[in-house]
Amino acid sequence: MMFEDLRDLYQDVILDRGRTPRHGRRLDVFDADAKGDNPMCGDRVQVFVRHDGASVAAVGFEARGCAISIASADMMADAVIGHTDAEITAMAAGFAGMARSGESHVPALQALRPLAGVHEYPSRIKCATLPWVALAAALAGTDAHKGVASSE
Amino acid sequence: MNAISKTSLDLTRIRADFPILAEKIRGKDLVFLDSAASAQKPRVVIDAMVHAMEHQYANIHRGLHWMSERTTEAYEETRDSVARLMNAPDRRNIVFTRNSTEAFNLVALSYGRSVLQPGQAVVISEMEHHANIVPWQMLRDATGIELRIAPITDAGEIDMLAYEAMLADGRVGLVSITHMSNVLGTYTPAQRIIEIAHRNGAKVMLDGSQSIVHRRIDVQALDVDFFAWTGHKLYGPTGIGVLYAKAELLERMPPVMGGGDMISTVTYQNSTWAEVPHKFEAGTPAIIEGIGLNAAIKYVESIGYDAIAAHEAALTDHALARLSVIDGLTIMGRPQDRGGVVSFTLEGAHAHDVATLLDRQGIAVRAGHHCAQPLMQRLGVDSTARASFGIYTTLAEIDVLADTLDHVRTFFK
Ligand SMILES: Cc1ncc(COP(=O)(O)O)c(C=O)c1O
Repeated sequence: MMFEDLRDLYQDVILDRGRTPRHGRRLDVFDADAKGDNPMCGDRVQVFVRHDGASVAAVGFEARGCAISIASADMMADAVIGHTDAEITAMAAGFAGMARSGESHVPALQALRPLAGVHEYPSRIKCATLPWVALAAALAGTDAHKGVASSE
Repeated sequence: MNAISKTSLDLTRIRADFPILAEKIRGKDLVFLDSAASAQKPRVVIDAMVHAMEHQYANIHRGLHWMSERTTEAYEETRDSVARLMNAPDRRNIVFTRNSTEAFNLVALSYGRSVLQPGQAVVISEMEHHANIVPWQMLRDATGIELRIAPITDAGEIDMLAYEAMLADGRVGLVSITHMSNVLGTYTPAQRIIEIAHRNGAKVMLDGSQSIVHRRIDVQALDVDFFAWTGHKLYGPTGIGVLYAKAELLERMPPVMGGGDMISTVTYQNSTWAEVPHKFEAGTPAIIEGIGLNAAIKYVESIGYDAIAAHEAALTDHALARLSVIDGLTIMGRPQDRGGVVSFTLEGAHAHDVATLLDRQGIAVRAGHHCAQPLMQRLGVDSTARASFGIYTTLAEIDVLADTLDHVRTFFK
């Protein structure tokens, strides 16, 4: 079949999550959020985070972008729930490394391995890392009012 | 590639002129459908540049020695070729820039800051490249000149009634509008745009970056005041572009950059400027690229705009026919007068994913906002994929695109 050789990039889980993300919505209640923008290609994502004590209890996102960026945002949400901000910041760095090199030895990132295929497509690496950049910004910006849930 | 096509060009011969078209991408024929971003280069351009560097090169306009004189002649001959190509009245109407972008910035910085007065307005359209938006925004912010945006219709054409109304108060000093959209392929009615502007006391600058690739430009017949284009899209090298302007405008305009080549005399008290067009060309220019551009122009002339335009029309008709029947594919715009650029979206697949899949089959298209974010917003999309054509594009390549897009759609279903 045509594109069989693209399966390393578009694995089933990516096609599935890109099409029907589980976390693709704005949270009703959140205490941190941030936007990510890739001006080169017009991808946009806004990430919403709700903490429960020290760890993240829920993540949601609204995104306009390609299958890779949406799948990445959705899989990121799964991966970070239950982790503290410090852990998530380390995961974000680990994920960026995996997207660039294709390698990862971080156990917490195992479920995200299907996204490592982007490392062979330099123009697509940013698609995968954009949600993580937004999440890191959300967590960094939230320090001042952590615990004060804002809602809309 | 099978028979190449029933268009007016001898495509077997033309394709043989472009060495890069023999390249394979992951074992597949290169199907290059991104010429609107930058075109490939024929052998004659490559050879002219190599020849200059190997046999005839020195700095220009300043040496008295043989090499400098010969190189100056070769570089300045390009100005004659450009003037001939555009039917400019004189070689002095031709200012060399780095690209179209620099031509717009030059006019904004020079004409915009000296001749245009606060309280006057500049009109652009809703389908401009960023190169014809940002310099005017910067002018607006620096001088208080108003920036007006002429709307387009849903078909992707300039709304001429709204355009005319926009000039009615007589405050518009300059209209700067694309001659052919790099996203929608729309050719704008330049003649009418110019007539209306002149009737209302405004000058007109046309963005010919795309149009000059496919159609004969006659700046005198158009009576256009400024016309910008960029060498690399016309099968020439990067690093050289053209600003055509009427002589009386260039005479009135102050230089923007100072330095060597643009002066007549320099003392610490003051300096005087070189004659037009040299006062706008500070510093050592893109000599090799200028020489390469001359070869590109001669190459285009040897094929002729009648055949080039007919080929573009055949390719565009074929692309519209093939792409429009693909399930879930939406073509952006439906202008009456349309050139060899087709932007589209595919339901269920983002433009980047489409481009990555096409690339796997050796097909190069552009995906994204095409340096026209306000237009994307107007069209209600974040990004599109875009196929664009050149003189070496074949109908068979468009078939490969259409057939592959069918598979792309299945892949994301
Ligand atoms: C319509 C249009 N205007 C302006 C430009 C800018 O050309 P350049 O980047 O060579 O200045 C382009 C090409 O990118 C274009 O398509």
